[in-house]
Amino acid sequence: MKTVITSRENHTDSLMDPRFGRCAFFCLYDEDTRETSFLENAGKEQSGGAGTLAAEKMIELGVKKVLSGDFGPKAKDLLDKFGIQMVVIRDHNQKISDLIAKLQG
Amino acid sequence: MPFKIAIASGKGGTGKTTVAVNLYWNLVQTRDKATLLVDCDVEEPNDILFFPGAGIKFREDITQPVPEIDPDLCTYCRKCVRYCQFNAITVIPPVKFAQVAPDLCHSCGACLYACEDNAIVEKPVVIGTLTHYSAGDGKGLTEGRLKVGLALQTPVIRRVKNIHDDSAAYVIYDSPPGTSCPVVAVISDADYVILVTEPTPFGLHDLKIAVDVVRQVDKPFGVVINKAGLGNEEVYDFLEEENIPVLTQIPFRKDYARQYSESLILSEDNKEYRVYYQEIMDKIFDSSRI
Amino acid sequence: MICEITILSGKGGTGKTSVTAALAQIAGNAVFSDCDVDASDLHLLLTPEIKEEHEFAGGRKAWINPAKCISCGICQDACRFDAIHKINGHAFYVNPFQCEGCRLCERICPASAITSSEPMNNRWFVSETRFGTMVHARMAPGEENSGKLVTAVREKARELAEDSGYDYIINDGPPGIGCPVIASLTGVNKVLMVIEPTKSGLHDMERLSELTRKFGIRTYALINKADLHPGLTASVSNRLKELEISCLGEIPFDENFVKAMVSGQTILEYVPDSASSLIIREAWNALVMDVN
Repeated sequence: MKTVITSRENHTDSLMDPRFGRCAFFCLYDEDTRETSFLENAGKEQSGGAGTLAAEKMIELGVKKVLSGDFGPKAKDLLDKFGIQMVVIRDHNQKISDLIAKLQG
Repeated sequence: MPFKIAIASGKGGTGKTTVAVNLYWNLVQTRDKATLLVDCDVEEPNDILFFPGAGIKFREDITQPVPEIDPDLCTYCRKCVRYCQFNAITVIPPVKFAQVAPDLCHSCGACLYACEDNAIVEKPVVIGTLTHYSAGDGKGLTEGRLKVGLALQTPVIRRVKNIHDDSAAYVIYDSPPGTSCPVVAVISDADYVILVTEPTPFGLHDLKIAVDVVRQVDKPFGVVINKAGLGNEEVYDFLEEENIPVLTQIPFRKDYARQYSESLILSEDNKEYRVYYQEIMDKIFDSSRI
Repeated sequence: MICEITILSGKGGTGKTSVTAALAQIAGNAVFSDCDVDASDLHLLLTPEIKEEHEFAGGRKAWINPAKCISCGICQDACRFDAIHKINGHAFYVNPFQCEGCRLCERICPASAITSSEPMNNRWFVSETRFGTMVHARMAPGEENSGKLVTAVREKARELAEDSGYDYIINDGPPGIGCPVIASLTGVNKVLMVIEPTKSGLHDMERLSELTRKFGIRTYALINKADLHPGLTASVSNRLKELEISCLGEIPFDENFVKAMVSGQTILEYVPDSASSLIIREAWNALVMDVN
């Protein structure tokens, strides 16, 4: 199963990015193979609709779960429609590696 | 063709509606009964509150055509997405998903041109109501009212202004506050613009921006100073420097404020108050040589 | 968790900005923003010292090159905004105030005579004030991008509040219930309505509270100029009870608000011990204590 964590930089030592639509990178984590890869968020500089674009990307990637600090209403609607689980992280001072550790339980 | 007067202001709460309904009353009583009042503050239309006995002459929905995508005809080519400047269309090819967000759509029609598969048709979506009331002794009040929750004030304004009444001698547009696109939509075809301000730092600051807008749209205009006596003198210096005519000054009085609270048209029972409007009308029609 | 509060009123001129400035002073640990980008006044009370200035694109506008225009009229027929006009029977031109920037004309012009661009005519600023950091903007007159500019201002305010570990973001909102108001309330934690006891104020509050209910935002009220019309103040407060909106206080009509404005101060600086100042302090406490 694929999970995305929004990230400030493109490595697992980076802090998570609390913004969904305007995050710097998406960290794609595969819970089965435990592999991570990073993708630049192409829509982050959009003047409008960044949240929708990011949600579209999640759907295209076949992601089942997204961890971020906040989801806008349009992104929320779209992710909901495709049954993608949204996890709102309250403590933004966590590294990608911390969050992955938590996912692994 | 009617002579159209738009009442605007940068700052809210300076007295646009007060001036609009009283000017309506005075034009009807002293100049021509064929006067129409149009409430273009479609977000918060308040003119009707001043006419408690008004009857509805007609009412209709204001709609906007919003495209719908037929999933059977759509080939998910995303050309409409590229054409849409307002990010209103979402198409995700791998999952065969295509949808239009009505609240982002400007109804420009570009997606219809984009689609080569005839997969897009437009359906009307209600964005507000248009009501015409009999009000006072004039031609009445036409009101636009934006549906709560929508960000489409400008199309509602445009629609309300499209109701032409060529038999009217005067048309008064009551504009929304501010200086952005809805205000421009209101004043764009006016023959004269009245800017209502109050002599306070906020009033002056926003008046300056409003003056910029009116000058860009290139309309003759004058200023009504409402609540005179509150605040300071800076607005007078500004108007003198810029050579802008003061149409009248209405003093701040608690009894005026109280009567406004109750949505009373002060001119009806107060001869002294009519003088301000006499002065406004004289100055406007004198400068416009009607 | 940051608590983001937007001050709104529906009707203009009820005292939003004066209240916002006073709250900014009380809050202490907050970033404040002026979301009334087309008639912004908060800076007149907070006299910000600008630290950063950023450009922000205005609405896209089309332009027809008269040298290339073949006067076929296809663009005029297609334009839904009536923005394309003919000058004296010659070439066509675009009225920039009517153009919505949809680019349809540009795409269908057979002579490729039409181009469009986004003028960089809006500005937004990060400033320091005597009460803390403020984000504000200046929109070009007549612009149509106010919603997007409000969003940009709020995003910056949130980033700054997160970086500094502040607890509050306080937004001075625009009047009305349309595009910029929606942009200034989506996703906030609380809305404080400043209402005046007039029939118009009551009517406008009704529509505004319908809007905040639609967006599911916890809403509070403050009645300003309450003694101007005690009967209508009672109507407003009864209606608030029916709507289950808690009223945090009733401020009397107080000329000190205008006097404070003239001297560039908040009401709390100008008359710290006045009834108005006291009521606003209590309202703030009640507003932030309530964690429903």
